Amino acid sequence: MSPDLLKLIFGRLGFESLPLHEPIVVGTFAVVALGGAALLGGLTYFRLWGYLWREWFTTVDHKRIGIMYMILGIVMLLRGFADALMMRGQQMLAFGGSEGYLNAHHYDQVFTAHGVIMIFFVAMPLVTGLMNYVVPMQIGARDVSFPFLNNFSFWMTVGGAVLVMASLFIGEFARTGWLAYPPLSNIGYSPDVGVDYYIWALQVAGVGTTLSGINLICTIVKLRCPGMTMMKMPVFTWTSLCTNVLIVASFPVLTVVLALLSLDRYVGTNFFTNDFGGSPMMYVNLIWIWGHPEVYILVLPAFGIFSEVTSTFSGKRLFGYTSMVYATVVITILSYLVWLHHFFTMGSGASVNSFFGITTMIISIPTGAKMFNWLFTMYRGRIRYELPMMWTIAFMLTFVIGGMTGVLLAVPPADFVLHNSLFLIAHFHNVIIGGVVFGAFAGITYWFPKAFGFKLDPFWGKLSFWFWVTGFYLAFMPLYVLGLMGVTRRLRVFDDPSLQIWFVIAAIGAGLVLLGIMCMLMQFAVSFLKREQLKDVTGDPWDARTLEWATSSPPPDYNFAFTPVVHDNDAWWDMKRRGYQRPLTGFRPIHMPSSTGTGIILAGLATAMGFGLIWYIWWLAAVSFIAMLAVGIGHTFNYHRDFDIPAEDVIRAEDARTKLLAGAK
Amino acid sequence: MTIAINPSQTGGPVFYVADEHPHPEGWSTSLGFWIYLMSDCLIFAILFATFGVLGGNYAAGPAPKDLFDLNLVAVNTSMLLLSSITYGFAMLTMQQNKVAQTQIWLAVTGLFGLAFIGIELTEFAHMIHEGATPQRSAFLSAFFTLVGTHGLHVSCGLIWLLTLMVQVQKFGLIEANRRRLMCLSMFWHFLDVVWIGVFTFVYLLGVLR
Repeated sequence: MSPDLLKLIFGRLGFESLPLHEPIVVGTFAVVALGGAALLGGLTYFRLWGYLWREWFTTVDHKRIGIMYMILGIVMLLRGFADALMMRGQQMLAFGGSEGYLNAHHYDQVFTAHGVIMIFFVAMPLVTGLMNYVVPMQIGARDVSFPFLNNFSFWMTVGGAVLVMASLFIGEFARTGWLAYPPLSNIGYSPDVGVDYYIWALQVAGVGTTLSGINLICTIVKLRCPGMTMMKMPVFTWTSLCTNVLIVASFPVLTVVLALLSLDRYVGTNFFTNDFGGSPMMYVNLIWIWGHPEVYILVLPAFGIFSEVTSTFSGKRLFGYTSMVYATVVITILSYLVWLHHFFTMGSGASVNSFFGITTMIISIPTGAKMFNWLFTMYRGRIRYELPMMWTIAFMLTFVIGGMTGVLLAVPPADFVLHNSLFLIAHFHNVIIGGVVFGAFAGITYWFPKAFGFKLDPFWGKLSFWFWVTGFYLAFMPLYVLGLMGVTRRLRVFDDPSLQIWFVIAAIGAGLVLLGIMCMLMQFAVSFLKREQLKDVTGDPWDARTLEWATSSPPPDYNFAFTPVVHDNDAWWDMKRRGYQRPLTGFRPIHMPSSTGTGIILAGLATAMGFGLIWYIWWLAAVSFIAMLAVGIGHTFNYHRDFDIPAEDVIRAEDARTKLLAGAK
Repeated sequence: MTIAINPSQTGGPVFYVADEHPHPEGWSTSLGFWIYLMSDCLIFAILFATFGVLGGNYAAGPAPKDLFDLNLVAVNTSMLLLSSITYGFAMLTMQQNKVAQTQIWLAVTGLFGLAFIGIELTEFAHMIHEGATPQRSAFLSAFFTLVGTHGLHVSCGLIWLLTLMVQVQKFGLIEANRRRLMCLSMFWHFLDVVWIGVFTFVYLLGVLR
């Protein structure tokens, strides 16, 4: 075939795009290919495709979508963590003239991919998954406001993850750092596909995140059950509301800034170039106007989880509910007024830097208020040290340290010394792992019995907990030391041999975290095998306080046979205390949304379009785009999107629960 | 929603709704669409901000004074404003349940929209022909992106309008279609408001600058 024709069909994709010269990548590919083939073979052998398609891929049930988000987050955690181990290994070895085992080309992709994956495809899915699963039940609703959109959002997030994973084996990922600053990310300095993978993975996933944000805001505002005024909403629902407001108010900024970067790269415009009037600093400002709210998007739901866990396991009403709500709202607003602290060194001048330094320090006030609220909730409580509570206490200790180093960094003169140093790396891992990751784990252990009907095994869970916590401290405290000694981030080799010991300690810490992750996987497996022993028949295994515990574990498709009526902040606690009798008769048919395959098809087409744009395969991009339009418009011609669960089915499900409850007594 | 008291609960507190009606279809739609519009508004806000920062960087290339033909822009603006009025008429006739008239007003709206897009493309073609391409300077990059994004929105609105006309023809002014027309109405007027911003800040102030 002529080269022109090949170019027309395959764009810039060719055999040389496959990273066959990188033994590590080839080895990974072999493992992934074998594992993937085994998985696909197994699914085919056990004839599970139809089941998966009908019950999971096309579902609009917020609970199943939530679970799928969690699975996505955990799978991507393995990938992101593998990158972390590679970095720790490289930095531990590359001393005394050694180049380590990663070349610069590969190493730069590893740290970029690590950041992107951990934020967008681990933390975001975990947080979104928990919100999706829990919020509708906490407000006594049967689903979210727009169930089809929910399914579509999930598959768009998966589409983004697929593009990032594809970059590992087809072509390469960005070598720019996780925010892809120009001019480095411009076409002149990054002419290959790496940055394009970055852009389209985030654009595809970003659409999903924005829509899911709109969806959950509407759900919380419009679908609360009778009696649940705003100030009677559970704190997790409040933090979710604020997080989704932040999502809707910040992700469009990311969309625009990446679109402008794409125009620079594809069309040759001059937004962020060095000449023709472009300004790379504009990019840095815009991306952090999204980026700073993003960290609060991640941590606010975690604050909500800790609030639920603390009051449940202390057996007390949450201390200072009102102040908790106001603190959350204040953090939401302030998170928009601090973005410039990420680049004090850019040279905006003393007054601008002072303003942003002060707003940054002010954020620690509502956060501190929250910390005291949790402490006072525990004070004189009957604390049960179950796993969720252990994660919460680890969070409180760890997050306070991370918060205080954050306040140090908020002082502009100090930041001039610490900017882009390992001190910064230690700080944000301190708050993101200590806050978001511990929060997600607390949430997973807390709500797991609700989702699956059995508790997680505490032995393996505690093992995982201790490995994670000690591993975290060993891995990141040395980075504070190194940062204070002036070591900057993203370095591949080192000259000064006296630094090596700290990197060795950090690598040992990463190894412990690896054990923690393995124990966690083991915990899932062991709990599944012991599911009869760990079974939760009551639907309320922790003696908890909010509405999601009023229904069975796992809940029926319709969540509640009758919509609850709420009189108190801790609605379920109030119901238990005042002698609530579960209704046994009078069941009616329940109106529910129907499943649809449109979401996964649209997201698949969007991913194909992204792939086409990355590799300059213009026909693929165009065909997928037109197909998306056609499928989208076709979907609007379907006016019958819901059905009734017959009363008999409701009666059957509720009778089964009655028997189960009788057996428990 | 009325809360009927379950007989077994008489006297005690009410903990669930015994006699329940599901939320009407589209219960959250207008709120959801508003929030979507606000997120879209943010997209324009960032594009305006970018234009505000980079709009003076001509890089020794053409400036607004050399490029903009205010008469043409005035005609174009009137096309869009008129399309908003006719969309309003379409909504009035929809309220009166007059399918044919609604369709006519929607079609007129679509024609005005097409005229707007046509004039805009002519203007772009003219500028590019004169060498004022999006690549020429940061000012032109920001200009083409801001105005072009608005034009893209109007084009999407036109496709949506056409789809809705087909649906109204096929299924009549049923509740779902009324809701959809209402959403498009918000979208259309929103684009109008954005255009007022474009006209003022990009064209008028540009020529003054």
